[in-house]
This record gives sequence, C-alpha cells and structure tokens, in this order.
Amino acid sequence: MQEKLILQNKIERGDFARGGETSSKLKELLRKLGVPSDKSRRITIVTYELEMNIIIHSHGGEIQAYISSEKIKVVAADSGPGIEDLEKALQPGFSTADDEVRDMGFGAGMGLNNIQHYSDDVEIETGPGQPTRITATVYL
Amino acid sequence: MKFADIVPLLQLEPLVVIDDLDYEIKTACGCDLMSDVLAFSQEKTLLLTGLTNPQVIRTAEMTDIRFIIFVRGKRPQEETMELAREKGINLYMSPKPMFECCGLLYQAGLNSENIRQI
Repeated sequence: MQEKLILQNKIERGDFARGGETSSKLKELLRKLGVPSDKSRRITIVTYELEMNIIIHSHGGEIQAYISSEKIKVVAADSGPGIEDLEKALQPGFSTADDEVRDMGFGAGMGLNNIQHYSDDVEIETGPGQPTRITATVYL
Repeated sequence: MKFADIVPLLQLEPLVVIDDLDYEIKTACGCDLMSDVLAFSQEKTLLLTGLTNPQVIRTAEMTDIRFIIFVRGKRPQEETMELAREKGINLYMSPKPMFECCGLLYQAGLNSENIRQI
C-alpha cells in the first residue's frame, strides 16, 4: 500500500480545551484500519505529545498522519518560535513550560523524550526563531 | 484484585461507570503529572490522581487506562465526566488523600506497575 494521508488537523496555540482531539481521532482511525493496539498506542502517545507541544510552546501548527503497509508516520509542523537548545530539550526533566501548563499536569520535561522513546524513528528540524518540524514513525 | 474490592476500601463514589465491577485490576499508578503517566505507564493500569481536568481523560485514552480514581474528594468538572462517558473510561472519587489510597491498595496486595527506566 502506498503512503496515504489519513488525517490533517490544525492546532491552535493555547487551545488546551481541544488538546488531544487530533490524537483521539487518529486512534479511532487506526482502530478502524485494524492497526495492532500496541502500535496504535505508541503512535497516539507520540501524537498527543506533539499536539500538546504545539499548543504549549508554538505559535500554532498542523499535524498530519500517513499510513502505508510498512509504517505510520506523523508530521507535526509549527510556525515557530523554534527550540532554543535542542540538546537540553531532549533531556528528561528539562522544560520551559510555565506554571499554568504545569498545573494541568504537563511541562514535566518528558515530551520530546517520550516522542523518541515510543517512535522507531524521529527527525527533528528546528532552530532558534525557526519553525519546528518533527516527523515520527512507528513501523508496522 | 477485583475493582469491587477497591470500592469499599477507598470509600469510592461512582461518577462514570462503564465496566462491570468484577473487572480485574492488577496494578496501579498514583500520579499528578500526566507527562509522567505517558512516559512511564506500560500496562493497562488503574490511575489515581488529584488532577481533574479533561487532559486526564485524554491521557487515559492514549495509554489504554480504563479506571481513574480522583483522590482527596476532588470532583471533576462536567466537561471531564462528559469526555469520560464518550471515551468509555470509568471515573470514581475517594475522600481519602493520595498517600492513604496508595497505601491501602498496596497493603491489599495490589502491585505497583513496572515502569520503564530512562
């Protein structure tokens, strides 16, 4: 099966109320497509982290999900402001989130680490003042 | 242990009931940090938390958690309960604090889940 776009959702900055809707839709789609639950669980956790990252840290962005016979690929692209120090951001426990975000149970500094842990493959393109684009893949 | 045994132990009040009370619970996780639940939770477990916002339900949905107990008598907002009904996640509330809830469950033979190392 050729790679096919199955989901495309805009994510607004600060839209906590709708945080998780995109990942939830993806989970439902993957269930209908008969994707094994362990693979679906991994990619939806990754998507949820990507979604919350856009809401918490970016000016807004978009998430796209693709499926083929070999893999599920999720692309999260935002319009900035970019990750200042990627090496630090990847360390478990490091976070730049504010108290409001922490009160909601996020900003514990596990987001990018989680994305790496649950994906088979991750590509992060970012830089200070630049858009961020993260491509995460789980192989089927 | 069966969820039915946990109800009197933690004096649970049902908020959203989806599954039968004889549902078998093997492990539990007490956590207010949803990022950590996403990071460390590896099994279909029971979540005890003091957080009551809809993100708790989202976290449960993504990690396949079916039972949530809100500790310290914290009643979630209607929005949280509505999302739980929609996603088929059981919600209960205990008047007891987190430490006591976890202690009672551990004493009753419930195991802590195996968390991944970072």
